[in-house]
Parts: sequence; C-alpha cells; structure tokens
Amino acid sequence: MSALKIKKGATSHSAYNLRPNFSDVIERHTLAVLVENEPGVLARVIGLFSGRGYNIDSLTVAEVDHTGHLSRITIVTSGTPQVIEQIKAQLGRIIAVHDVHDLTVEGASVERELAMFKVAGKGDNRVEALRLADIFRANVVDSTLESFVFEITGAPDKIDAFADLMRPLGLIEVARTGVAALQRGD
Amino acid sequence: MKRQMTGAKMIVQALIDQGVDTVFGYPGGAVLPIYDEVFQQNSIKHILVRHEQGAVHAAEGYARSTGKPGVVLVTSGPGATNAVTGLTDALMDSIPIIVLTGQVPTFMIGSDAFQEADTVGITRPCTKHNWLVKETDRLAATIHEAFHVATAGRPGPVLVDIPKDVQFATGTYAPPSPSASHYQPKVKGDLEEITELVAAIEKAKRPVFYTGGGVINSGPGASQLLRELVEATGFPITSTLMGLGAYPASGDKWLGMLGMHGLYEANMTMHGCDLLINIGARFDDRITGVVDMFSPKSKKAHIDIDASSINKVIRVDIPILGDVGHVLEDLLKIWKSRGRKTDKEALGKWWSQINEWRQMDCLKFKQTGNTIKPQYALDRLEALTKDHDRYICTEVGQHQMWAAQYMGFEDPNRWMTSGGLGTMGYGFPASIGVQMAHPEALVINVAGEASWLMNMQEMGTAVQYNLPVKQFILNNERLGMVRQWQELLHGERYSQSWSEALPDFVKLAEAFGAKGILCQDPADLDDAIMEMLNHDGPVIFDCVVEKHENCYPMIPSGKAHNEMIMGENVDTQMAIDKDGAVLV
Repeated sequence: MSALKIKKGATSHSAYNLRPNFSDVIERHTLAVLVENEPGVLARVIGLFSGRGYNIDSLTVAEVDHTGHLSRITIVTSGTPQVIEQIKAQLGRIIAVHDVHDLTVEGASVERELAMFKVAGKGDNRVEALRLADIFRANVVDSTLESFVFEITGAPDKIDAFADLMRPLGLIEVARTGVAALQRGD
Repeated sequence: MKRQMTGAKMIVQALIDQGVDTVFGYPGGAVLPIYDEVFQQNSIKHILVRHEQGAVHAAEGYARSTGKPGVVLVTSGPGATNAVTGLTDALMDSIPIIVLTGQVPTFMIGSDAFQEADTVGITRPCTKHNWLVKETDRLAATIHEAFHVATAGRPGPVLVDIPKDVQFATGTYAPPSPSASHYQPKVKGDLEEITELVAAIEKAKRPVFYTGGGVINSGPGASQLLRELVEATGFPITSTLMGLGAYPASGDKWLGMLGMHGLYEANMTMHGCDLLINIGARFDDRITGVVDMFSPKSKKAHIDIDASSINKVIRVDIPILGDVGHVLEDLLKIWKSRGRKTDKEALGKWWSQINEWRQMDCLKFKQTGNTIKPQYALDRLEALTKDHDRYICTEVGQHQMWAAQYMGFEDPNRWMTSGGLGTMGYGFPASIGVQMAHPEALVINVAGEASWLMNMQEMGTAVQYNLPVKQFILNNERLGMVRQWQELLHGERYSQSWSEALPDFVKLAEAFGAKGILCQDPADLDDAIMEMLNHDGPVIFDCVVEKHENCYPMIPSGKAHNEMIMGENVDTQMAIDKDGAVLV
C-alpha cells in the first residue's frame, strides 16, 4: 500500500511512521481529507478540532468527485508532532472519512490560495498599487475611479506578502479562500 | 428479498433481521407509527423504561453482558436529549448501542416545531456516527449500516434520527448485506510488530500484562487466548476497571486492578516493570497517574484496534494495531513456533518481588464496633454470592471502587460499570438490561444512595417486568467520593456532599410494590443478604454503613504509581499538592 493510498484502519497513522522522538516543536502540516459528501460531514471534522482543542489555520472544502459523492477537505493545522499524529488518527476514526493524507510528510506538494483585495486610493498610491499588482501577477477584476479589486493566486506566503504591500496603499477589504493543495508528480 | 412497506414497518423488520430480541424505549408523538408496528408483532420484546436515560443504560447493560448490541427507541426532542448521557457513556466505554429517535416530519425540520431538537447535531460528538434519514427508501440500508458501524472495529453508540413522515411513507426494504459498507476496520495485526513483541517477551526480566475493556469487547475467544498466554508465559497480569473478568480473579497470576484505587502490588508492578504489554486498554488518566513518571523503566507494547489510542497519552515502543483476539492468536502462534521462551530465572526473582508487595495486604480492614464497614459489606456479599451465576453492576463513586477491589470476577461480561464517563445513575438501569438478557441469573447493582437516587424511577420498570434485580445500596448518607476529595484537598470543608432528606428505602421499595431490607448491624448482615438472595423479585437493600470511610489505596492526583497512600498512616492533608489539585 503506497503512502498516498492510506485506507481507513490502515497501519499508517499514529502507531507508525513515527519520528524517533516526539519533540515539542510546533509544526505546520497540510492535511488532505477525502470525505463522503453527506450532510454534517464538515461539522464532524470541525467539531473534532474544536472539541479536542486542535488548531485550524486554514480550511477549504468542495466536492471533487460527483459520482462517488466525495469531497476533499484541505486543512492547514499546527501542533507538536504528537498532536499532528493524533489529529490524523482522530480524523481517520470518523466514519465518513475515507482517506487522510499528510501532504507535509508524504513528499513534495504544491499549495495554492486565491485571494481578493480591495484597495482604495488616489494619485501615486493608486499607480503604485497597480504596479505592485503587476509584479505579483494579480489581476484587476473590478475598478472604480477610486478603487481596485485585485485577484491573486499563489502560495499563502505570497498572498501575505502582497497584503503587506497593499496595506499602506489603502487596503480596505480582503477575502481569502484558504489553501488547496496537491501532491507533486504521480 | 426486497419488499414494499412503510418506514415504520421497515424499522421493526430491520431490527428482526439484525437478530434483536429486546428494545428499551419510551413512546412519544414522533415515534407513534413505530410503536404501532411494535404493537402488532411478537418477535421483539419492548421494555418500557421510566426515563430515556434509563433506556440507554439498560441497553448498555444488555450489550455488555451479552456481547450483542443494545437497542433503544425514543421520541424526538426531550426523548433524544435525555438519551445524550447514555450515548456519551457508551462512547467512552466503547459499548455498541443503536438508538433510534423520532423526529418531526421533514417539512417541519428547522421551524422550531413542537418537540423538535437538532438531534444529529446534539449527538454528533457523543456517537460513533449518526444519521438523519430523509427518504424511506434509505431507511433499511441506514439501519443495517448503523448495526455494522456500532459493532465493527472499536464498538460504540450510533443514532438514527427518523422523521415522522418517513415512518408513514412506503419504500423498498432490503435485508442486511455485510459487504455494503466502506467501513471495514483492520483486525489483523502487523506480523513484524507482533514478532518484535514476541522477542521482547522472550527477553523480559520484569514483564507485566496490563489489560482493558478491549479484551472483553473482542469477545470470549480473546479472554480465552489471554488466559492461555498468561498461563504459558507465567507473566503477572493486572487490568483496568473495564477489563475485570477477562482473566479470572482466582488465577494465581492475577494482581488485581491497577490505577488510582488499584492494588498496591498491581501499581508497584507497573512502576517497576521492564516490559509493559498493554492489551486493549488506553492509558487512561485513572491508570497512569502523572504521565511523566508512569512506568519509567519499561519498554512498552500496545495492542489496540483504534489507531488514535496508540501514542495518545503514553508513547509506546511496539504499537500493534488490530483486534485483541486476532493479535493474541498470532502472538501465541509465533511465540510457540520460536520455542516458548521466557527468562525463567529473572521471572522467578520478579515474582518474589511481587509477592513481597503482596504482603502489604493493601485491602485489609478491621470490622469493629456496631457499624458496618462498606468493605465488610462487599466482602460478605462476595462470599455469599460468588458461587451464583452472577452479574454485578455499579453506580459511580467509592462503592464502585470497593466493588472492583473486593469482588472477584471469573469471567468476562459479568461486570457492568461506568468507567470512562463515570455516570452516577448508570447501575440501576444497567442491571435491568442485564436481567432482561439473563432472566435466570443473579443480577446485583452495588450502589451508593446518592447515585442510586439519580435513576430510582426505574423501580417502576423492574416491578412491571418482575425483574428480580438486587439493589445493594451502601448508604453512608454522603456523596462519599466527593467527601473524600474534600477531606484530602479542601480542608475538610464538606460543601454540599451530604445526602439530606433521604427516603426510607424500605418504604420506597414497598411503595413500588417491591421488597425493601434495612440492615444496620454487622451481626445481621449475612442473614439480610440471604434474605435478599432468596426473594424472587426486585429488592432494595439499604445497607447503612460507616459514614466517613475513605477508599484506599489511592494514588493522589499528580503522583506516580509508587506514591500510593494506604488506609492507615495517612496524612490526608498533605496527600495532594498544588499541581495535583487542578486534576480531577
């Protein structure tokens, strides 16, 4: 069974794949959770995190296989290695969960997030915002004489960086989708 | 064979096809169509409880004493919310329960209709899984899936919420088909890991088996294999509260229960061992004491069917994911094929050390004076009932720990107690469920008066069905365990831990049409117990005991296994320090 095809109840979670010693260092992990697309499934996953006191840094969910009724939840979470292993094992216990992948340890992966920024300003600020948007390959999806809405995709770091640059130029509103992630290669 | 029928009829048919013979329930508006079908059949016996919490605990008692899932039928709204404590209890103790709840009709869901509650929302965190069925055609498959989920892998409670219009509508019924579910937990353990454990067993100088409810849940075959393994290796064995009976209390390798109120020899063995083999237990905080000092010198192996139990609390060296029965079978096979090796010389030394610890005789007590000591009451109850075909339930508190310490369990499925959740009010309804499953057996609920009062309404059930359950109440007119902690931790300020205005239990029994026995004198105890045993019907036995007795031995919270406090020479004020005081 390859690392990518972790089946429920398989020997992959907390019991195995242990690094030599649990450390106290907080790690950030991206988990891809394949779930049955049924009512309440998101509440089960979120309830697990709140009920057991785990962190959610980002969460996205959408149906990915209409005929198979499967949705993919991408969760970015942080915790000590022991907590991360617990999170994966606890997710694996949920009956509606088919697969749990830890993209952070299962080889290289790509992460993308889409965000929209509303920036209001006049004169130099407006020109500067447009110039920076070009550098970041952000698109203008709406414009008035006094504002832009930029659309940008990229890794979360890039979006954070863009937000930092826009703030002094008149950033007034942000909407982010949260992270979607896939394993590289096949 | 697929057939057309109403949803209500389907529910009863599905229960029959799942082999259900008993349902515990309480009717109401949203389940009337189902109760109409219950009325028109004779395959399933319905037990009318007096409160929905009682129905769930009764189903738990039924399940734990038979190994089969327990079934509950209750109405919407308050019927469902009253079931929540029982569901949580069953989740913590891994008991297979199927709860069927009525719901307001689908077109009224979300309108704050009469007796509407978001049942699947409320019970999501206290069930293994739950379903709201909105189409009659999905109903049969969902109920069959519910039985599969409740019993497969680590067992647990499930709930199916069924709107009233779905019960009335007609749909297609299909009988159970086992392969239908994607939920297929792995039961066989990894052979490499099992072989590693065998190698550790061969080399161990100071081993111990630490077993739990997983052995019981794995079925009688697992207990049999455990006994074979213990006898063949000669290793000492201790167990959690949940696992009592998997290995017989009369066995010479038996150390008694471990943990907060466990036996001195069991806890010292855990502390001093060099190989700790956890079989179907979960390193609960009642067992480990303070985690940093738990069994500090041992290599640890853990056999568990739930991956999330492994490395959750205690990091282990040899994790084995699988069903206890399957893993023990492979373990024995491999160990035998490698020549049945153990380090006999080291084991001999280990046993002489353990026997030294046993000399402490940590459960000794003196029955003096005219007041019955609770330990004495249980000692006599044990002596006078141990040869019966006997099932013991308990409530929660001091009496529960004393029952675990002073009563001996020779077989699995004979001991029903609320371990994980610690639910006062569990034992009485559980005893009703046990008696339903075993009509000829002696079923005793060892209780405290405060716990027992929490579900005393079930006397009506016991009398209605003439269930001869024996309610053995150790009456100290106190919330004994609360009082004990207040003594140890809060300067003997006994805040609200008195049972005032207690009923006259004899008159209470008589008011329900049952028998009541009052016993206050140690000299009368044996005769009174015999009177209880000889009465064919439910009995409330009011055993008035010493009011300020504490339950020892005890690992104070925040302390390690080798820092137990014993019955004598206790400086109770110093027992728990500041760090320990925040723990429960």
